Amino acid sequence: MVRYVREFHDPAAARGLAATIERITSRSVNLMEVCCTHTVAIFRHGIRDLLPPPLSMLSGPGCPVCVTTNADIDKAIALAEQPGVTLATFGDMMKVPGSYQSLQQVKADGSDVRVVYSPRDAVCMARDNPRRPVMFFAVGFETTVPTIAASLLEAEALGLKNFYLISVHKLIPPAMLALLQAGEVRIDGFICPGHVSVVIGSQPYQFIPQQYGVPCVITGFEPLDVLQGIEMLLRQIAEGRAEVEIQYRRGVRPEGNPLARELVSRVFETSDADWRGLGCIPASGLKLRPEYRRFDAEEAFAINPPPTKEHKGCLCGDILRGVKTPPECPLFAEACTPESPVGPCMVSSEGTCAGWYQYGSR
Amino acid sequence: MAKRNVARTGKILLAHGSGGRLSHELVAKEFVPPWANPILDQLNDSAVFALSADGAGPRLAFTTDSYVVKPLFFKGGDIGRLAVCGTVNDLAMVGAKPLYLSVSFVIEEGLSLANLRAVVKSMRQAAAEASVQIVTGDTKVVEGGAADGLFVNTAGLGLVPPGLEIGGGRARVGDAIILSGSIGDHGIAVLSQREGLEFEAPVASDVAPLNGLVAAMLAASTNVHVLRDPTRGGLATSLNEIAQQSGVGIQIDEPKIPVKDGVWGACEMLGFDPLYVANEGKLVAIVGPEDAENVLNVMRETRYGEEATIIGEVVAEPQEKVLMKTTIGGTRIVHMLVGEMLPRIC
Amino acid sequence: MCLAIPARVVQIEEGLGLVELGGVVREASFMLLPDAQVGDYVLLHAGYALQKLDEAEAEETIRLLTELAEAGRAEA
Repeated sequence: MVRYVREFHDPAAARGLAATIERITSRSVNLMEVCCTHTVAIFRHGIRDLLPPPLSMLSGPGCPVCVTTNADIDKAIALAEQPGVTLATFGDMMKVPGSYQSLQQVKADGSDVRVVYSPRDAVCMARDNPRRPVMFFAVGFETTVPTIAASLLEAEALGLKNFYLISVHKLIPPAMLALLQAGEVRIDGFICPGHVSVVIGSQPYQFIPQQYGVPCVITGFEPLDVLQGIEMLLRQIAEGRAEVEIQYRRGVRPEGNPLARELVSRVFETSDADWRGLGCIPASGLKLRPEYRRFDAEEAFAINPPPTKEHKGCLCGDILRGVKTPPECPLFAEACTPESPVGPCMVSSEGTCAGWYQYGSR
Repeated sequence: MAKRNVARTGKILLAHGSGGRLSHELVAKEFVPPWANPILDQLNDSAVFALSADGAGPRLAFTTDSYVVKPLFFKGGDIGRLAVCGTVNDLAMVGAKPLYLSVSFVIEEGLSLANLRAVVKSMRQAAAEASVQIVTGDTKVVEGGAADGLFVNTAGLGLVPPGLEIGGGRARVGDAIILSGSIGDHGIAVLSQREGLEFEAPVASDVAPLNGLVAAMLAASTNVHVLRDPTRGGLATSLNEIAQQSGVGIQIDEPKIPVKDGVWGACEMLGFDPLYVANEGKLVAIVGPEDAENVLNVMRETRYGEEATIIGEVVAEPQEKVLMKTTIGGTRIVHMLVGEMLPRIC
Repeated sequence: MCLAIPARVVQIEEGLGLVELGGVVREASFMLLPDAQVGDYVLLHAGYALQKLDEAEAEETIRLLTELAEAGRAEA
């Protein structure tokens, strides 16, 4: 029996929430959904159709595919192109163009690039082929990081000498801080990422209402979750409150998953990281601790990636900060389409531009 | 109009074979122009033509397909059954009665005779079910590593009754859209056995010959305008093709589209959308509204049509687009599949 | 950025086990959730169980949404 998914698709409840949202939206409101999976849920279920015109949903930078820089992709490609190695990656990264090409094209050229569903699959590949280096392209935010940390610990326990990570992990709260500090766009409320929060809990967002007066609601991903999260934000705004609330109570505890965080801190430490569109954000990335550096692919293999190039005219950076919408990019739907994407916002099915292109927009 | 660049590096990608937009582009840009002729230009599932120059007399339907599925054997079928049914169905989709097939094997050195025999036996059974005969063939053996065990090509010939015009360009505003059953079964059944993505999905491939179902439908109504089997690229791609070929809009209702629990569960886990997953035993029929209920009832009483349902209608606007009303009452555009569908974590 | 779905634990032994969703059964690691039990619903992401679903909270949210649905139907 399927449980705890379809119950959150009821159209009558959606209408009820939409009516409430309309009632309590009194003026122009900008809400930002930080997480790309929310952006896709909004498009996929046509949620915008249920929202009143004064309410604008902005897409934020919570798309690990979109914020991975060309330099990082070029690095992964250079590693994959070495003879005799396997690069394992989540499917999300296959089509993203770096400065010159994507992993999909590198695979077509003969490199052994494999899509996996879980980092454990990459560990199993390494275990089953002890003479072949297996590198995992470790992309993702706090939801995914614990799974990579766990798989690395498993590789260590197995005594594997041929398993490596390319860590380009990034953290969400520092990016939200950077957005607020930049102050480019008025954000009246944040739809906070439900699954990131399953791991980190609600405490890391407290600085947002406390220091910036912006309400936050940690929201799930089914359509009724999204609508309820929006409703809770609008209520805070209407009542003049600013706090961190949890809509996604069935998944998120205020304390998150402490064991997951502990495994992460065993393996990783924070570092500065380059984000496409946001530049360098302090303490927003993760790198392997010295005692685990032997698993770092970049340290183990000497590579010489070609010079990084950025694509002229690509506005992915502005779009990721919510400053521009896809149709305002000169490349949108012309030179940049899902078949031949220029920037990552068009590649990732969660990318803002792909969402606008695929699902249409109001 | 969007500029579309095929493979900037000048190489063919796996994505060119996945049945989505890149596949369509490859055909439209690289194959049709050099070979152009009025029959090819229609780009239907099968080519339909008369034998005599004046166009009178019997019309033949002619089609071909290659099958490269891996693994060779999967729950609910195998490459052999797939090859026979796929070509039979391409003929049925233009209203032809399938008659004869050719079979061409490209065998990888080392394939076990037992496996080859199993495929051959399966093809015999499928051909018998579809009432077609395999009348000619060819066999090649290639070095190990070149053919995933076995590639199969089938070509098929069928006879189209006089006056019958069924094709992608014939949908009309107001027509009903009927789907013969649940979507995504085949793609998920095959995926569930592939290395690296392992499931024990209780989902079997729906691979089946649909010519019997089509014959029953055509006997019940002269207003069947379009037939399409949504294989690679899924239902979404087929509906987009039809919308473009006919210059119409299509509107469908998400709650009306049947998806088996196992397919849904596997898609949720991998981040797939069932609308884009391949089917091998389903069809979409676009039927004049006056005959829709009748055709539906006949389908429900015929093998492989038992779960037929009306999922939407043909509209005037937005032209050449497919719109879907979602379960919660919103609307979204359903695009053609772009490249391969890959499992995602985001 | 995070596709995770609720799946039911059907087997668990020394940190590794099986979860089920709609009849689809897949292997999952419980390294991040060692206290999971057979019969629990867990959030599955990239082959790992991330958190136990709080069924009481889930039912409470469903109840609230059902009320909204009823109110919506009454108004219509």
